[in-house]
Amino acid sequence: MRAYISVGKLRFINGLQYRSAAFAGIATQFFWGFIIIMIYKAFFSQNDPLRMTSISLDQLVSYVWLQQAFITFIVLWFRDAEIFQLITTGNIAYELCRPCAIYEYWYVKLLATRLASALLRCFPILIAAFALPQPYRMENPPSFVSFALFAVTLCMGLLLLVSISMFIYISVFWTMSPVGSTLMIGAFGEFMAGLIIPVPLMPEWLQKIAYSLPFRWTADFPFRVYSGQIPAHDAAWGILVQLVWLVVLVTLGKMLMNKALRQVVVQGG
Amino acid sequence: MVLYWKYLTILFKSQLQYRTSFWLLTAGQFLVPFAVFAGMYFLFQRFGQIEGWTFYEVALCFGIIHVAFSLGECLARGFDAFSSLVIGGDFDRILVRPRSTVLQVLGSKFEFTRVGRLVQGIFVLIWAVTHISVDWNIAKAVTLLLMIGCGVLIFSGIFILAATMCFWTVQGLEVANIFTDGGREMAQYPLQIYEKWVKVFFTFIIPFGCVNYLPLLFILDKTNGSSIGYMLAPLAGAIFILPCLAIWHVGVRHYRSTGS
Repeated sequence: MRAYISVGKLRFINGLQYRSAAFAGIATQFFWGFIIIMIYKAFFSQNDPLRMTSISLDQLVSYVWLQQAFITFIVLWFRDAEIFQLITTGNIAYELCRPCAIYEYWYVKLLATRLASALLRCFPILIAAFALPQPYRMENPPSFVSFALFAVTLCMGLLLLVSISMFIYISVFWTMSPVGSTLMIGAFGEFMAGLIIPVPLMPEWLQKIAYSLPFRWTADFPFRVYSGQIPAHDAAWGILVQLVWLVVLVTLGKMLMNKALRQVVVQGG
Repeated sequence: MVLYWKYLTILFKSQLQYRTSFWLLTAGQFLVPFAVFAGMYFLFQRFGQIEGWTFYEVALCFGIIHVAFSLGECLARGFDAFSSLVIGGDFDRILVRPRSTVLQVLGSKFEFTRVGRLVQGIFVLIWAVTHISVDWNIAKAVTLLLMIGCGVLIFSGIFILAATMCFWTVQGLEVANIFTDGGREMAQYPLQIYEKWVKVFFTFIIPFGCVNYLPLLFILDKTNGSSIGYMLAPLAGAIFILPCLAIWHVGVRHYRSTGS
């Protein structure tokens, strides 16, 4: 356990080094958030928009800013090129010699990179979002309970997302080329997570699909808990669902990983 | 031109060597904008219209900008990946050859997998054109082609500008993504729906409005007064590439090899 914690710590500190990249990211995210809010604002400008949606513009604005601030918690394309190289170049052999389980080792590594990156980005975006004039300003959560629930669900979402992204890394054992499969899984997963449009704005039939997949629990769920669009009572149940998904996905990931490692061919020499 | 064509055939052959990866990537490139388009479709299904614009009108907007972006990205990909040339010191080799630097950098990379995105854009464009209630005539068709052509020039211009920054910073600048990816996302909706500062910036500084919004008004018969100005707006937008090329040449003169 100590070994994993120190791996995580190292990665975390390492991740904090990329400040200029984070700065560029913040500028991009900020611009992006503005554009998306303007689009929603235009859609909501007609008479009585609430007749058509279950989510209000204020809630959407919080949704968008949280999405931009915690972008590295929720996107699947944020990935560690090092692990891909390990697999395709055959250096995986060294990883296997280490005295710790490879699934846990990678999991901690990925978790720490995402945490560091989010820590650099989220505060400037959030502070600015709270200071903006209406209608761009991000609202406070309606109660302390929903804020606390948001914090818990966000962390659970992160754990869940890393376990999903592990499948992408494992798939490289078979495909040997990361780009194609990440792009496909990424496009599908991010859509279902509500990153393109929030799940409440999808048509009914698609919402049903999104609700039955694990992706929406990583992004859509915590963001709606924040604005109180999902009431506290439902949110508490949601945490349980997140937990179940987490256990299922980690178990499945470990199984696949073992299978992949049993037949791994060390590339190159 | 002959030289450029030769670059292309060589790159095409080399990329086809990894066949599965090539097709997977192309499919992926198709899916990503498809997801965005699907999102837009669902929004329109729910809300009906956006400030008086119907779905097919916005889809036309979307199709044009995505076709222009993917063509621009295909062509100017060499500039997008330019920082690696500078960091590796490979730009020296280009400088000593007796051909124009722009041409050589253009030919240094060509991402054929981006065809996936292009195909998606063309699908949307055709779908929009056939469903929209517009009486097409020669003038409108020409305007449409002008919009795409000049859009390609603008995107290439931004790529060149971002690459030029590498002469001073060595590192590639991620901020340029705001204007390429961000510009694309923004311009897939008509400019009318945005705040004033966005409109002004993307009409006069980076003229997406000229290749997209203004001529679109003409195609959809939303203009009042003389239409010739709206028709020729794309050409005004295309002028954008000239200062970009000029700055590039200044940059080349400033270039100091990183060597290794």
